[in-house]
Amino acid sequence: MARTQPVERWETDFDVLDAGYIADPFSVWDRLRGTCPIAHTERRGSTWLPTRYEDVVALAHDVEHFSSQKIAVIPLDGDEPEEPVLAYGLPPISADPPLHTWTRRLLLPWFSHRRVEGYEGLTRTLCAGLVDSFASDGRVDAAGRYAQQIPVRVIAHVLGVPPEMADTFTGWVRDVLEFADDPERRARGGDALLDFFVAEVARRKTEPGEDLLSELLATEVDGAPMDEAIVLGTAALVLIAGVDTTWSAIGSSLWHLAGHPDDRRRLVAEPELMPLAVEELLRAYSPVTMARVVVEDTEFQGCPMHAGDKVLMNFPGANRDPAAFEDADRVVLDRALNRHVAFGSGIHRCAGSNLARMELRVALEEWLRRIPEFHLADDAEVTWAGGQVRGPRSLPVVLS
Amino acid sequence: MRIRVDPDKCQGHARCYGLAPELFDVDDYGLSTAVDGGNVPPGLEDKARLAIANCPEYAIEEL
Repeated sequence: MARTQPVERWETDFDVLDAGYIADPFSVWDRLRGTCPIAHTERRGSTWLPTRYEDVVALAHDVEHFSSQKIAVIPLDGDEPEEPVLAYGLPPISADPPLHTWTRRLLLPWFSHRRVEGYEGLTRTLCAGLVDSFASDGRVDAAGRYAQQIPVRVIAHVLGVPPEMADTFTGWVRDVLEFADDPERRARGGDALLDFFVAEVARRKTEPGEDLLSELLATEVDGAPMDEAIVLGTAALVLIAGVDTTWSAIGSSLWHLAGHPDDRRRLVAEPELMPLAVEELLRAYSPVTMARVVVEDTEFQGCPMHAGDKVLMNFPGANRDPAAFEDADRVVLDRALNRHVAFGSGIHRCAGSNLARMELRVALEEWLRRIPEFHLADDAEVTWAGGQVRGPRSLPVVLS
Repeated sequence: MRIRVDPDKCQGHARCYGLAPELFDVDDYGLSTAVDGGNVPPGLEDKARLAIANCPEYAIEEL
């Protein structure tokens, strides 16, 4: 997808859409940690790329200097025009306190441990059904026909929108996140997604249901119904954040297990390792990078950051920092010390992390239960998406 | 052994609950608390230490 000029100096001219970086960002981070741990680029606006765990965590916690009002890793040319109908963006992810605080509290109970346990049965049935549909085919695209099909249907259930529209939702979310450097495609996906939720909101005013969207609409703030722009922004956020991210984590994990038979066989033989293995796979293949915008000129670790600059919250890079993780570039399924920040750090910790974890665990359990032996058809056929969310988009595997 | 979760630091990652559900409770907003006033039953000390060592926010301390 990337159409970028070649990068000659990663320290001063990095490009997260460089095809080589998307396929292997790990060696770039390793190099930068040694030469220039916070890289800079002027491509798509002045942007900083921290690569050390300590720096990423410190930046994420400093919400006064580093605002979440611009979270897109790939901004549109110039500035990001806010959709007028979404006057508040996508709260709480694109909000700072105090808007962040109360909108986040509305969302969190929907993704609590107790609620997520309630979603496990339908996730398992879904995964088992998908595996059944291709298990005897001999070969399958594990990204397109498995990973991609799971989180979108679960999040549709939570939101109360039709799961049959899964492929349509996926298309919109990919337009917004994955093809963010194509302004027309990004706008088309964003508009379609918004139009959909405008219609869903209108329908619920007369036919409320038991879903998240209905509850948001019924919520009163200071004695008045919640601003509809906030309802729409929050609903759009839940769909956008609930699709590409977990799909990417499932795909990357299957990619790893396809190419590492020792890990795969160990996980099959010792299923009790799964909870630790899920955390380790999330660490090693963290899909999500967010952005912050510098509020006022400030210096961070010697870097002169100016108001309006972007700072990429390189959680995937932080999780590969050898200063924070022993043997950081190796997957150790039963890694005991693992303070990974795949779900972020500080007040914007991913609100759906319990759900994502459950989906990844169940997706791997159901796959391995039926397909314990599989391998990559051809590593050259694997394609990766990068930028805001990194994961395999085509993952042909041979089923033994 | 006694442990405590600092409510100002906890951000609801729930890693402690995942590693040692016997020792922690997590509310609907993700906030974790140590059960039984933080008293760790004999035999669960290693689990408590594991939870302390995996908290991304360094929110759990041994008292």
